[in-house]
Amino acid sequence: MKELSFDAVVIGGGAAGMAAALELEAAGKSVAVIEREERLGGILTQCVHNGFGLIEFDEELTGPEFAERFEEKLAGRPIQAFCGCTVLELDAAGIEKTVTCASSSRGIMRIGCRAVVLAMGCRERNRGNIRIPGSRPAGVFTAGLAQRLVNVEGYVPGKECVIIGSGDIGLIMARRMSWIGCKVHAVIEIMPYPSGLTRNIVQCLKDFGIPLYLSHLTTDIYGRDRVEGIEVAPIENGALMTEKAFKIPCDTVLLSVGLVPENELSRMAGVSINPMTNGPWVDSYLMTSLPGVFACGNVLHVHDLVDFVVEESRRAGRFAAAWLGGARPVRELRVKALSNVRYVVPSRLEPGRNNKLYLRSMIVKNDAILEVKQGGKTLRSQKKNHVQPSEMLTLEIGEKELEAASGMPDASLEVSIV
Amino acid sequence: MGGRSTGPGGCFDVAIIGAGVCGANIARKLSSYELEVALVDKEADVSFGVSKANSGIVHGGFHHNKKYLKARLEIRGAMMFDRLKAELDFPFTRCGIIVVALHEDEMRAVEQLYAQGVENGVIGIEMCSAERMLELEPKLSRDALGGLYAPGGGIVEPYRFVFSLVESATKNGLQLFTNWRASAAERESDSWVIHAEDGRSLRARFVVNCAGLYADEVSRIFGAEDYTIKGRKGEYYLLDKLTKSKPNRVIFPVPTSISKGMLVVPTVEGTVLIGPTASAVDDKDNAATTRAELETILRSARNMVPDVSETDVITSFAGIRPTLGEDYYIDASAKVPAFIQVAGIQSPGLTASPAIGEYVKDLLKKAGLKLVEKANWDPYIEKSPRVRELSAFELDKLIAENPEYGEVVCRCECVTEAEIVEAIRRGHTTLDGIKYFTRAQMGRCQGGFCTYKIIKILMRETGMSWDEITKHGRESTLLRGEL
Amino acid sequence: MRQELTCITCPMGCHLTIERSDNAADEGVTVTGNRCPRGAAYAREELLAPKRTVTATCRLRRGGAGVSSEISGDPRRVPCRTRAPFPKERVNELLTAIYELEVDLPVDRGEVLIKDALGLGIDVVATRTLH
Repeated sequence: MKELSFDAVVIGGGAAGMAAALELEAAGKSVAVIEREERLGGILTQCVHNGFGLIEFDEELTGPEFAERFEEKLAGRPIQAFCGCTVLELDAAGIEKTVTCASSSRGIMRIGCRAVVLAMGCRERNRGNIRIPGSRPAGVFTAGLAQRLVNVEGYVPGKECVIIGSGDIGLIMARRMSWIGCKVHAVIEIMPYPSGLTRNIVQCLKDFGIPLYLSHLTTDIYGRDRVEGIEVAPIENGALMTEKAFKIPCDTVLLSVGLVPENELSRMAGVSINPMTNGPWVDSYLMTSLPGVFACGNVLHVHDLVDFVVEESRRAGRFAAAWLGGARPVRELRVKALSNVRYVVPSRLEPGRNNKLYLRSMIVKNDAILEVKQGGKTLRSQKKNHVQPSEMLTLEIGEKELEAASGMPDASLEVSIV
Repeated sequence: MGGRSTGPGGCFDVAIIGAGVCGANIARKLSSYELEVALVDKEADVSFGVSKANSGIVHGGFHHNKKYLKARLEIRGAMMFDRLKAELDFPFTRCGIIVVALHEDEMRAVEQLYAQGVENGVIGIEMCSAERMLELEPKLSRDALGGLYAPGGGIVEPYRFVFSLVESATKNGLQLFTNWRASAAERESDSWVIHAEDGRSLRARFVVNCAGLYADEVSRIFGAEDYTIKGRKGEYYLLDKLTKSKPNRVIFPVPTSISKGMLVVPTVEGTVLIGPTASAVDDKDNAATTRAELETILRSARNMVPDVSETDVITSFAGIRPTLGEDYYIDASAKVPAFIQVAGIQSPGLTASPAIGEYVKDLLKKAGLKLVEKANWDPYIEKSPRVRELSAFELDKLIAENPEYGEVVCRCECVTEAEIVEAIRRGHTTLDGIKYFTRAQMGRCQGGFCTYKIIKILMRETGMSWDEITKHGRESTLLRGEL
Repeated sequence: MRQELTCITCPMGCHLTIERSDNAADEGVTVTGNRCPRGAAYAREELLAPKRTVTATCRLRRGGAGVSSEISGDPRRVPCRTRAPFPKERVNELLTAIYELEVDLPVDRGEVLIKDALGLGIDVVATRTLH
């Protein structure tokens, strides 16, 4: 068994892990990145479509291009990347932490460190999570699995396809399946509005004449050995109209019904999880309930733009390095998600420096106002042309901003959307 | 999978139709005698019928009156599991069974079960006060008034059980034929000639019909008794390993007249199973889950274990019970010679199955089958490591011997490439077969991450092309094209 | 002549209305509903010459006999893109050309896989480096 030692271990070598590792190394810390795939890059590797990096690189790159440009930043820097290596256990309760991982070439490695950055990304919600009734034939895939099969392995999962869920992954796959010669018969969405970007509704559905059924629930998947079709029913005024149910024959069902941060390692290690994000509770240092364990990227909360993943992960890397050097938040204020706000991450901020908060709206609205209050006093009232749940918002609370606010300097910050 | 045939003119001593828990136990029992035995199944792998979709329980022996054959077989079978586990290394634990009474009148029913258990000779069965119940099972609702406790009851992984029985039998000479669906049969001098749908055929002196849901059809094919197996569907939910609701014991409600009720089962794999429901179905092939039933299950489970939460659900499935009257029909046919019926084996079928193996062996002997014990019968099978059960040290050593043990394929259940290769080597060449042998694809992501890896390993190990990869055989192909 | 469409240049998704004079000699196009000038530019192009960036994957030539011993095996596809948005009505033709390709390893990110695709002056390049 190999025993190694670093200042910090980053679990996950996707965009989040790479960004955090770069900052830790830049701050002079020795850092190891553990990645279970044979190569760094994470999920970006299979996202061959464009739309990444508009903010980070000022270009619209494809996923692999974005990943590779980051990989290049790591090369030549003393960051130890262990690929083909899966973390089995995280023991992080004490000051000295141990990350136990397995790989075919190295056997078991026990890596000792004083800081851990969780960057494991997320997994897809599947049929079992949303409990679509029916038989269990072959031909039901999560959109991400189908994406991997098509874009990396080079196989066609099916010829006549229906997509459940109008999130961006589903929309992107609607286009991808069409581009490889499959017929996409419909996209079924349970909400009255699509959850993906309008740009994708146009480029992935309208361009191909694929109908979008809003406010529809999939009530059955049928087929003995392989999918033969699905049944959907409309929802009207909150009631499921089963009598108006209709069938859509198909041989393939792609599920794009949401992402869940992959925190089983975190949970097993004893990290506290926020049920609103399914990610760890973190303070103003992006540090979890376990001292020295930080989280960033999709494992902390599901992002829509990789640019924000990178921005957040850089901060996590910097904070982890500072923490290793003895820095601690001097004073923290709670940040509360109030009216129409699903969550704010992190849930604490430190007055006296720049804080970046990430949040999600629970409503769809044009000309909305993002409001920040403290002790009843409005600190900020920001006009937003358009808010929707699938588009994350950011909030910067600057050094001077809380100083200027008087009255109740220790009161929580309250964020709402009106 | 097919072994060598005994060739033209060659004749098996016994052909067993149906490779579920019954067929597998009978096959193993017979493999200990000097006999040529064939086991056939219409599916691509063994245990793909009723035996893969059930509660996975070794029952406590108190649910049925001794006058029933099924009760006597249950009691005998339950006692055989420890030895079987030692020989065959399938996951099995005696965690204990409790029956919960939530109302005063339910306590009366529990008392009757207790009396029945005592009469059946159940070891260690207790009547419990509310306090005792909570001590035995802290996850229980505080509304529990009392109940009973059968410490011998347990949990088993049913498909691993069947896989290991069949492996043991084939090790000792059994020939297994899968994708073999009996379609016709005729008696020729003193043996049966059985024809498969795809043109294959075999000859056997004796036939055992343990074809589960289709035992009635097989009986008709042989011109034997005419009966109808009715399907009764049971739907289940599976909860995440990390659920707060995981109990220590198998929790039963008080039974109804037609079923043992919906349970909360801490599976031997670490997940929690809730269900099953019980509803008659016309189509025995239709194991689809339904919205209404799933809601019923959640409610019922929460009554007993309040921590059961919808958010913990990772998947659902349904099994269909083959029902035929109140008791098991295990007897030599009165209509045609050398034909043993094993039909209507619903709960407690899994528990009773080892005893059914012995019982059928005795029926065959009575019917004229000569039994000479094999001197060199080997009851053990090759144990293969399960990485999720190993310590870091053990795993490190294993990886040094075989690097494929270091390649984690299914991260949710911690299943490595070596274990998947092992499953394939042992004949499980469908995604479901690999799933049942290794647990890969059974975890919280339900195959989202590992499926493509398993497909590639399958192609590499078997030489199958992409269009031959199936979920469970037949037409269930995964991929429809290659770019 | 009047046409309605949704702008896709930014997450706002402004609902645009395009008015075009029926007089063939008059080339004027008026765009309303956009909250920024990019919307007007998008609308004009979408009306007159719609374009899309195309991304896809190409087959890699299978090298060597036998199958690789690793799960990952030899890579089977190399991802690619058009260097610039491509005329929408020619996209299917372009995809056919891309799927017919067989690319040899090694490939570098940015390497031209199809020069001047369909004679329209736009290259198709690899978006990943593979060895």
